[in-house]
Amino acid sequence: MVLFENVSMTYPGGDFPAIDDMTFSIDDGEFVFLVGPSGSGKTSIIKLITGEVMADAGVLNVNGYDLRHMRRRKLPMMRRTVGVIFQDFRLIEDKTIYENVAFAMHVVGASNRDIRQRVPYVLELVGLQGCERRYPREVSGGEQQRVAVARAIVNSPQLLIADEPTGNLDPARSLELMLLMERINDNESGTTVLVVTHEKELVNSFSKRVIAIDEGQVVSDGMDGYYSYEIQ
Amino acid sequence: MRSSKLGYLIKEGFKSIGTHGFMSFASVTIVVACLVIMGSFTLIGVNIGGILDEVESQIEVVAYVEETFTDEEARGLQTEIEYLDNVKSCQFVPRQQAMESYASQFQDQTLFQDVDASILRDRYIIYFDDISLMDETLDQLSQIIGVADISAHVEVADALVNVRNVVSAVSVILIVVLVLVCVFIMSNTVKLATLSRRDEIAIMKMVGASNGFIRFPFVVEGLVLGLLGGFLAFVIQWGIYDVVANKIMSGMLGRLITVIPFNTVSGSVMAIFMAVGLVVGVFGSSIAIRNYLEV
Repeated sequence: MVLFENVSMTYPGGDFPAIDDMTFSIDDGEFVFLVGPSGSGKTSIIKLITGEVMADAGVLNVNGYDLRHMRRRKLPMMRRTVGVIFQDFRLIEDKTIYENVAFAMHVVGASNRDIRQRVPYVLELVGLQGCERRYPREVSGGEQQRVAVARAIVNSPQLLIADEPTGNLDPARSLELMLLMERINDNESGTTVLVVTHEKELVNSFSKRVIAIDEGQVVSDGMDGYYSYEIQ
Repeated sequence: MRSSKLGYLIKEGFKSIGTHGFMSFASVTIVVACLVIMGSFTLIGVNIGGILDEVESQIEVVAYVEETFTDEEARGLQTEIEYLDNVKSCQFVPRQQAMESYASQFQDQTLFQDVDASILRDRYIIYFDDISLMDETLDQLSQIIGVADISAHVEVADALVNVRNVVSAVSVILIVVLVLVCVFIMSNTVKLATLSRRDEIAIMKMVGASNGFIRFPFVVEGLVLGLLGGFLAFVIQWGIYDVVANKIMSGMLGRLITVIPFNTVSGSVMAIFMAVGLVVGVFGSSIAIRNYLEV
């Protein structure tokens, strides 16, 4: 569960708050689109959820962790409950696809046996069976994005965040990826999914909750699955 | 820490050396170059110190015994002389032996046939531990009842002390400057090596890796590269030293000075090089990645 209650955050040296008295919550198992124009605060929300930046005011709770009052050394534990997929994939170039995914399991202290069982399963889930020994540079952008998805879900996170996941993909691959996210939301123990995007058509083709933000504030929050807020 | 996790982290550290081959090579090369440069200057300093020690050890002081002293009384002074702090050794030379020794310097021994040894005094040949304390020790010697006169090359001793002081000061300054330069170069190399892995560290943080989990392979990598650098520097230092030492000993200079054999200092050189390599590797990598861990 994600809870933002009157959360505000200004970057060091910034004149205006990136997040301004923001309130919303996402329940376990929900599939939510977070939309808004560039500079509206989408990335700041992700940074707040992953503990990359800290809120200045309000209540911020992620998967049971009170991020405003939590000790910094507990941050890795909180991050293990969240899987993040980035637009630029952020894969480790000198690790194979298998190693990139297995690495996330090593981080949480999984046994070698568990890793050997789980990684092939997840790679198959994202359609990358047979690509285990290849390096990220040896596969297409769509496949790299699926490696990022595999890495994000391999530890069965409670919350999966995708930051502009289709930004580098063509429409067909984008739709494919979104269907995969939907499947993860349905199958993978009801993983909560938060997709940050500004692709109107893609959002409108799914009947999901859409939170629109602008200038660090929530401007609409609808369950109709419609991207109603116009990008300026 | 579970053994499988520890094994994974150690393996990652070793793997990273190969994966970042060029930076590993650059780091080891810098460690080797810095250690060999510092080591060479230190060994030159040690050898100059050794030469000065040898020259200083040959400076003798002669203390003449009062003519009125009997042989037994003269020999009795040995204990008093040896009791002085700075006296390394002291040998009694009776007047007869002094005469023989003097005469032996001439080819024509008949010149001394009728010369009575009583014209000479009994004496002590004395060597000091530290010639920089010569003045004080000569003063103490002269206060011993029975010592009539003292002959010592004070000017030579002073000159040698000055040379040693200058050599020591120059060596210390050179080594300090070199150490600072090397620390600067090494820290920049380590920073450069970790800068290229900034993104990798950020990804590790994002998937929930603890600082210890991220740091451990870096430390293993730094440890291995540091020790490797230390060992290679030792081997190269040995080779350079042997070549230079052989050149010196087989030339003109070899008749005047003795070069300290490498095997007498090899243990210390090895220990210092490995320790420096280890410290630079482990602490360098830990400190360099510290900034990237605050994400």
